[in-house]
Amino acid sequence: MKDIRFDNVTKSFPTRSGTPFVAIRDVSLAVAEREFVAVVGPSGSGKTTLMRMAAGLDHPSEGSVRVGGREVTAPGPDRAVVFQQFALFPWKTVRENIAFGLRCKGVPRARQDEIVAHYLKLMSMEGTEDRFPHQLSGGMQQRVAIARSYAIEPDVLLMDEPFGALDAQTRTVMQEELVRLTRKEPRTVLFITHAVDEAVYLADRVVVLARDPGRLREIIDIRPTREAEDWDSRPIDQVMDLASFTHLRTQVWRLLRDQIRPDD
Amino acid sequence: MAFMTIADRAPHPRELMLLSVAGAVLFFGGWQLLAMSGAVSPQTLPSPIAVIGTAWQLAFEPFAGHTLLQHIVASLGRFAMGFGLAAAIGVPLGLAMGRFRLLDDIVSPIFEALRFIAPLAWVPFAALWFGTGIGGPVMVIFAGAFPPCLINAYRGAKLVEVRLVEAAQTLGAGGFRIMAEVLLPGALPSIVAGLRVSAGLAWQSLVGAELIVASAGIGYVMVQAQSNLAPAIVMAGMLSVGVIGLAIDVALRRAERLVKSRWGQA
Repeated sequence: MKDIRFDNVTKSFPTRSGTPFVAIRDVSLAVAEREFVAVVGPSGSGKTTLMRMAAGLDHPSEGSVRVGGREVTAPGPDRAVVFQQFALFPWKTVRENIAFGLRCKGVPRARQDEIVAHYLKLMSMEGTEDRFPHQLSGGMQQRVAIARSYAIEPDVLLMDEPFGALDAQTRTVMQEELVRLTRKEPRTVLFITHAVDEAVYLADRVVVLARDPGRLREIIDIRPTREAEDWDSRPIDQVMDLASFTHLRTQVWRLLRDQIRPDD
Repeated sequence: MAFMTIADRAPHPRELMLLSVAGAVLFFGGWQLLAMSGAVSPQTLPSPIAVIGTAWQLAFEPFAGHTLLQHIVASLGRFAMGFGLAAAIGVPLGLAMGRFRLLDDIVSPIFEALRFIAPLAWVPFAALWFGTGIGGPVMVIFAGAFPPCLINAYRGAKLVEVRLVEAAQTLGAGGFRIMAEVLLPGALPSIVAGLRVSAGLAWQSLVGAELIVASAGIGYVMVQAQSNLAPAIVMAGMLSVGVIGLAIDVALRRAERLVKSRWGQA
């Protein structure tokens, strides 16, 4: 298992006008091994950029991003990414999608089948292995994407608003399942979202970003409350009704509210 | 009035069929009548029946060393080599250019300049460099077939969602696997459309290519017939080129529809 460290990371993009656009300014953040950190922030706070740098899909202009102590230079299977739009291969079946990363790793065929079967069962998707993504609902597609990421046994799981494209009910079910999955098979998780209750429900710590340019605003610790009140063994609707939950949610919400402008 | 209604709405398939047949009857009938009227000598314009008769005869009696079928086989072999080579180089190169900006910037200017040289304009060069055996004619066909292979693979690769390439990268896929399992299937509908255009152009370049051939082929038959002053044989050659070209196009059109319908679903 590996940790993630952002040290004084600044990311700017060149623009046509010549003055670079600063997406992230001087962010330092550490995600410990097996820790679940959710990042919330208004649009323009650079949360996706942060995730992409950890994935190796973007590179910091200044500072360093390290995973397991090693500087991130390129994408790699030790850091699996779950995208908002699922990014499943439309011409591959569910089985082929989940097995893709395993084939890249050179896992033998028999073992591939075992792993695929394991995650299909875990995500309660047995019987769909020969379907194509377009034959599945959005929630099912995102399950396949999560299974595909988990299957390669990454040290780090990077999730970019993975439930953003789902309807409200499916979203709730998926949040519950993700909690179940990450407690059963823990990973170091960096979870990007704009939904405050989702962040508070899922994470050990919630990182709040400010915008223009994107920078660190505050970090809220959720874990002590979660463990004290045993959120993980309660259904999601019950958790979200707890006074402790609403208190934390309000705390995060206040940090965001004064940044929201009428044009959002 | 009856004609206006036909023109105003999309014709029924059966009507379309009838109209096509009517057009063909009008064309060949007119030609036949013109030839039979004696206004033009058969040495200049043989009748369509005479042309078909000549083609039939050529199927059994060798002309220019071979029967018509053997000439067709020789031509198809050249076509397959030139077209196959164009597809084998054009498709991977197009995909790679769609993926790697640097390669795109290096190859595009040369390609853009070269593709305006018509396949026929390559004939003298091809003869000088690759000879009149296999190399020269294949090179000419290649010159005709290559651009649509490359362009369509390139455009297809550009249209593949960046997210899919990124997903493959984060799952540990290397450059070759991304090409074969993401870009190629993603670009396949565009590639197949390109291959169809390419096959048509390859077949059209064939006769030009065979101007420099000294042994066999439909183009060779036509050149020989021209110097023998045998217009019926020249036209029998043209007829063969047309019919086979149509057959190739119909086959690839079907393949294209198959890929599109399967990919449209997926």
